[in-house]
Amino acid sequence: MWKNVFTPKKEIAKPLYSGAGIATFLLLLLVWSVLTYGGFVNALFLPAPDKIVSTAVSMFQSGEILGDIGISFSRVLSGFVLAALVGVPLGMLMGTLRIMEGAFEPIIGFIRYMPASAFIPLFILWIGLGEGEKMAVIFFGTFFQLTLMVMDVTKNVQNELIEVSYTLGAKKLQLFRRVILPASMPGIVDTLRITFGWAWTYLVVAELVGASEGLGYMIMQASRFLKPDKIIVGILIIGIMGLIMDIIFKMIYRASFSWMRKEGS
Amino acid sequence: MTTTPKLVIDNVGKVFSTKSGKVVALDQTSFTVQEGEFVTILGPSGCGKSTILRVVAGLEEPTTGNVYLDGKEIHGPGPDRGMVFQSYTLYPWLTVKDNITFGLDLKGVPKKQQDEIAGHYLDLIGLSGFEKHYPIQLSGGMKQRVAIARALANEPEILLMDEPFGALDAQTRAIMQEILLKVWEESKKTILFITHDVEESIFLGDSIYVMTARPGRLKKNIQVPLPRPRDYQNKSSEEFLALKLELLELIREESLKAVKP
Repeated sequence: MWKNVFTPKKEIAKPLYSGAGIATFLLLLLVWSVLTYGGFVNALFLPAPDKIVSTAVSMFQSGEILGDIGISFSRVLSGFVLAALVGVPLGMLMGTLRIMEGAFEPIIGFIRYMPASAFIPLFILWIGLGEGEKMAVIFFGTFFQLTLMVMDVTKNVQNELIEVSYTLGAKKLQLFRRVILPASMPGIVDTLRITFGWAWTYLVVAELVGASEGLGYMIMQASRFLKPDKIIVGILIIGIMGLIMDIIFKMIYRASFSWMRKEGS
Repeated sequence: MTTTPKLVIDNVGKVFSTKSGKVVALDQTSFTVQEGEFVTILGPSGCGKSTILRVVAGLEEPTTGNVYLDGKEIHGPGPDRGMVFQSYTLYPWLTVKDNITFGLDLKGVPKKQQDEIAGHYLDLIGLSGFEKHYPIQLSGGMKQRVAIARALANEPEILLMDEPFGALDAQTRAIMQEILLKVWEESKKTILFITHDVEESIFLGDSIYVMTARPGRLKKNIQVPLPRPRDYQNKSSEEFLALKLELLELIREESLKAVKP
């Protein structure tokens, strides 16, 4: 059971592996419990675990939180889908055609270092305080990274795969559709999975200013009224939503790319 | 066979420009390949033998000279020149069958006909029953057999092979050579085959071109006196061993040159 625990890069027993993950969660819970139930910190700053649970239950029961989740999810989704719709084709073109890379790589490489949150005042000025502005923040936060990552994925398509396709009679457009696209597909799905996670982190930033609903707004309100339990519930919900999306993406990946696994289907 | 040659390599040379100046990868080279002939090019690593093949495939532009296939000058790559690379180049997302019919599908050959052709080549390379497998499930030797079938299914005028068995272990390599000879006897394709393995060049070829080390140049042309069809027992015949010794000598000189600048 305890074999290889401290041997670099060696497999360990499966229950040990999953057990370690659970233990870390429990440890965090333990520290939290000691701090709160032990009276080491003021409940005004950090409520006890049971308080969080009861707050969460009442928030769900009253239904107030569901509307926030819905609006936040649709914001993240729309901003991200827009980023993906533009970023994936653009990234693929940049990874395939040197001229596209030459044209867009420098500017995207530059803009991606600019913090999306700093653009919020500009977006408000340009777009106003509506949904468009929220979408713009999430789009801005994900689009540039996503495009560059897709470019890298496409660039990594084995050159011989392209050359052999020419010798099999592929024309340029066929090459793109029948070789480069399927060859980069797993990498693209993985990129979308990772960047969708980032989109969630921009949600709160997007809802900081000028929002009247949504998880980020709820968190800001809770802060104003000194309700740390609500803040923590909000944060946990965002975390769990992100995790669920991650799992969904991984399931899509597994289902779509069975050819990457030795055992097949 | 004194008809017009299938492939004419006319004064083909290749110079690469690098930061430290120009490097002659391939000196001006001329030779011809007859219809149905199996020609091997033997040379030490880095002698530009792959460059010849890549120029014939149209994947690289020669600095000087031209290549003619069936009397017509070639421009860029095309399905009339099938290629098998040393690295594995099967499409990992396609099954064995779909890999073999990839070129046919591009041309719009009807599905039913594709199935027949795939069946024929699967049988020829001894992989019937593997049509639904994905490349990841195949061994290195099997992958290369599928790559050969994929190139042939497209019915190219000539098959170009760039050290296709270079990444395989010695035993698999020997078996692949026999399979390739069987496929060649059956299909009567013209083959231009690059290798650095002396035995391989003799066992497979009708004619061997030995190349010098950098700059790459043809050093000698040798006709292989072995009868056809051949099998592994030919490798221990007297003519084979004599030829092997002669070629080893030639290659050794060149390899030494490459090592000692």
